[in-house]
Amino acid sequence: MPASCFPLTNSNPTEAFLAATRTLAATRDRRFKYVLVAPSIFVLLLIGIFPLVYLVLVSFQNITMTDMDTSFQGLLNYREMIRSTRMWESLLHTVIFTAIALPVELVLGLAMAQLFIDRIPGRQVFVALLVLPVVISPIVAGATWSLMFDNRFGPINQIIGWLIGGEATILWTINPNLVYPAILVAEIWQWTPFMFLLLLAALSAVDKSQLEAASIDGAGWWRTFFRIVLPAIWPVMAIAILIRGLDLFRLFDIVWALTRGGPGTMTETISIFAYVKGFQQFDTSFTAAVALLIIVLLSIVVMLALKRVELAR
Amino acid sequence: MNLRRRRRLKLVLRLAAAIAITAFFLFPIYWLFMISFKTPEEIFAFPPKWWPAQLQFDNYQVLFKDGDANTVGNSLVVASVSTVFAMFLGTLCAYSLARFRTGGENLANWIISQRMVPPIAVVFPIFLLYVWLKLVDTYVGLILLYTAFNLPYVIWMMRGYINDIPKALEESALVDGCTRWQVLWKVVFPMCRAGLFATAIFTFVFAWNDFIFALVLTRTEVSTYTVQVTHYFGGQSNFWAKISAMSVLGTVPIFIVVGFMQRYLVRGISLGAVKG
Repeated sequence: MPASCFPLTNSNPTEAFLAATRTLAATRDRRFKYVLVAPSIFVLLLIGIFPLVYLVLVSFQNITMTDMDTSFQGLLNYREMIRSTRMWESLLHTVIFTAIALPVELVLGLAMAQLFIDRIPGRQVFVALLVLPVVISPIVAGATWSLMFDNRFGPINQIIGWLIGGEATILWTINPNLVYPAILVAEIWQWTPFMFLLLLAALSAVDKSQLEAASIDGAGWWRTFFRIVLPAIWPVMAIAILIRGLDLFRLFDIVWALTRGGPGTMTETISIFAYVKGFQQFDTSFTAAVALLIIVLLSIVVMLALKRVELAR
Repeated sequence: MNLRRRRRLKLVLRLAAAIAITAFFLFPIYWLFMISFKTPEEIFAFPPKWWPAQLQFDNYQVLFKDGDANTVGNSLVVASVSTVFAMFLGTLCAYSLARFRTGGENLANWIISQRMVPPIAVVFPIFLLYVWLKLVDTYVGLILLYTAFNLPYVIWMMRGYINDIPKALEESALVDGCTRWQVLWKVVFPMCRAGLFATAIFTFVFAWNDFIFALVLTRTEVSTYTVQVTHYFGGQSNFWAKISAMSVLGTVPIFIVVGFMQRYLVRGISLGAVKG
């Protein structure tokens, strides 16, 4: 309203007064809104930006366990990092875990959601129970599966023994051919219910009349699914994929509990690699470079993803 | 008649599938809990026994006697105090973002992207900083980090919940002469009570379940239960009774609080994307 911008030129004194209070309120509002935001931003900057700057600094130095060399070494650590096959392998392991676990969780979760979307006796109870793996601490989930996978006293080998009618002594967390399946089973066990819950909510929001119309028109199940259901649940599915994808990229706890990255460095993810370098070998400057690489990679993915995915408006 | 029977059969099959799936997802949890009630002979019986002869709590008693159970207390202190701080700061910030669009979408996106950085990359520089500030292995250090790490989640979730409540009530309270702060305390917070509660529970669970921050930033004094569980893993012999009893101590509280939160669970874990 342009009139209120020039209260003095206005002939009506009441309106002038109102306009003046409005401007006053607006300034106060402006201050108020920043006062509310300030403490949070301060904490985020303190824990986010300040260490980040320090990280950049350290990554250009050459601090190791034995040497507190704070002179600047240029790109030394970055060169070393790029040459480190162990680093590239750990990135590859992370990608492998993600590339297998994510689709499996998605498909299994969708199938389960499809099963539970129709009326089924005791549906509430089933859903409430299926939630439980998701809320357990991942390190506890890993510990649980290491008990399950024990070659002698775990139930997995016992069950396999029943099936083959003999004694099974499979070394799940030691045999190089079996560590990946073992870790993936634990990971998929914990997070499939996450996909299930989100997709169940999405499926229940699909317009029933459209499904009925499709079935009257004689569309088959697959056709209905791909033409109507999938587009309808896609926004939720995209977010579920994003959240799980980012979680998988930082995979640490379950692997740590089951194999600690072993045997050798076979199952080492990028997070475990950074932890070992930084906190067991005290290769401080090198780890700083790795941490920066992780942050940069992730930031690019997150920025691209957030632009595409409509997250909670 | 035939149709009805086929429908009946389909329902039975679906029910059977549902039971099988639920059994698969619950069995490891059952196994974990059950081991904590076994005697050492039962744990290391071959072939494995699927239930203990009788419930006995020796494994828990040992944890309490040796003081290992104190780590659960540490988890409780750290998780609850950081939740209170994160909720307080985060909700104020969320209100500003929701009502005044402070910083626009960019600020909101920056805040949520802070949440998505892998913990190892966050904790490494923090560790260096804490060594310098002598905050390693202190409550303050851990609480500060959990507060900061959970802030984006709280802000993001509470922004959604505040957006859900009608603006008109706040406006009428303002007209009636309430100050902005009074509006917050008397209108906004009571209106989004359920959202506040749900968000607080999830914030608590995230801090409670965390492993990597506690692993890096604690030594002995404020070690949390997740770190303690991993101490029982030995190269050759694992202290199974302790692993399971400690895990159960840390898991039961989570099951209880989440049990009350069923209605908000989906919204909580989907970062507010699904408003179940």
